[in-house]
Amino acid sequence: MNIVDLLFYFFATLTVGGAVLMVFSKHPVPAALFMITSLVGVAALFVLLEAFFLAILQVLVYAGAVMVLFLFIIMLLDVGPEGGKASRIKVVSGLAGSVAAGLLVILVLNFVLQTGFESNRQIWPAIDESSMVTGQNLVFSTAVKNFGFGLFTKYMLPLQVSGFLLLAAMVGVIILSKKSVAEES
Amino acid sequence: MMDLELLQVLLLKCLFAFLMVSVVMSMAGYSVLAERKVSAWMQGRVGPNRTVLPLVGYVPLIGPLLRGLGMFQPLADGLKFLFKEEIVPGHVNKIYYYLAPLVALVPALTTMTVLPFGEFVDSTGNKIPLILANLDVGVLFIFAVSSLGVYGIVLAGWSSNSKYPFLGGIRSSAQMISYELAMGLSLLPVFLWTSEPGSMVSSLSLVQIANAQDSSAWLVLVQPLSALIFLIALFAETNRLPFDMPESETDLVGGFHTEYGSFKFGIFFVAEYAHIVIGSAIFTLIFLGGWHFLPWINDPWPTSWIGTLLGTGWFLAKTVFLIFFFIWIRWTLPRFRYDQVMSLGWTKLLPLSLANLVFYVILITWLDQSALNT
Repeated sequence: MNIVDLLFYFFATLTVGGAVLMVFSKHPVPAALFMITSLVGVAALFVLLEAFFLAILQVLVYAGAVMVLFLFIIMLLDVGPEGGKASRIKVVSGLAGSVAAGLLVILVLNFVLQTGFESNRQIWPAIDESSMVTGQNLVFSTAVKNFGFGLFTKYMLPLQVSGFLLLAAMVGVIILSKKSVAEES
Repeated sequence: MMDLELLQVLLLKCLFAFLMVSVVMSMAGYSVLAERKVSAWMQGRVGPNRTVLPLVGYVPLIGPLLRGLGMFQPLADGLKFLFKEEIVPGHVNKIYYYLAPLVALVPALTTMTVLPFGEFVDSTGNKIPLILANLDVGVLFIFAVSSLGVYGIVLAGWSSNSKYPFLGGIRSSAQMISYELAMGLSLLPVFLWTSEPGSMVSSLSLVQIANAQDSSAWLVLVQPLSALIFLIALFAETNRLPFDMPESETDLVGGFHTEYGSFKFGIFFVAEYAHIVIGSAIFTLIFLGGWHFLPWINDPWPTSWIGTLLGTGWFLAKTVFLIFFFIWIRWTLPRFRYDQVMSLGWTKLLPLSLANLVFYVILITWLDQSALNT
């Protein structure tokens, strides 16, 4: 067992442990902190896969910005340990959880059955360090430039669609907040 | 058995890391002294000039000079923090209360791993940057890690379980979200400018950005608006006046660290100043040419190790000037009100940085096109 394996087990434990503790902690503030731990663990797993750019984006966007917003809202509304208990949708959340777990099992089984258990089989193409991009041939590389090139050529439509979704969400938020102002006055 | 060469490399790396930490930490310690001395100077006082070490302080000429400059004061301050009584209020959430100072300090210290501070040109003309880990996404790494630093303040505010720290924590998180956007957007034109079309290098590396300013214009001259927005956001991110909302003494007692004392308070203090030191270094690297001499002028020093030392010294001089600038602003401008901070961030800086980005995109496209056509 070399050091990369050890690091993988360490960060995998951190990720899964953080996620489990997040689900089971009573107070929302520690729950948010465990979620941050879990997200940082995922970022570390990206680093072990040599996807440095993705790892940094994971920390920058999720752990650094989105979770600060979560904590801000939790603290602003001062949600206590009783905050989650009042919800009556225990059945729904249980159902959603079991469906997600089932999907995960199917995904892992599918992956294992397709690729087999041999550990020495080359599944992914080797990582290319160069930032050469020519035409539609996207190189699987660690260079930041290739992310940009791929996003603006091959994956242009998904990028536009996700941008449009975010815009729709933003417009929705603006409409919702405007409405509450009108009701108050 | 570990083979000897690997052990040597490991030991050297550890030594370099240790040196880097000690330099940045002592710079943080002495910026506290600089803060006290500069504020004294600006207010017509003398500042700390009594602390003295036995033996060293009584050497003729040097001793009284060092004492007058207060050079022994940081040592005394540090010892005072160490030997004060540890008081933990009864109403705090113990685990998170102890965790918070560490969470504040670790990101401030982690960012220094990707901070270049000089360059060595060997006999074959290869440029070797002096840096602990040369990541090609160095700038983003610094942003990502330093954005985690806010959790120290938020945790301190929440775990103290008391009104004023809690308000400080909330303010800090809101301020962080507001200014991080403008900060990131203000740097995009810089990346566009430093990566020439068709180049194979990624210009998200701090070394590349610093070297792009070698014997050409500093980026602060090319993109003054980006530099201004970045500097304002930097003040907000390091919680310096006029943006020190989380601790504003006049309305929040001590802000997030009201319930902290002795060494835990000391850690918060050091983390804040380490942030200032590293922020100044980053601004120097991106906008003030790093270790390169003056705009449009080639480095006058030789390419041997003497040149490396001079370049690093020049870089440190610029950084120290920026630290002085931080202190200067603190004792010049009054503090913003909280709603003014928010509206400045969202309604002024954010649209301004977007307009700045669009302007430079058009300008750079036009420049590239005209370069292609000729």
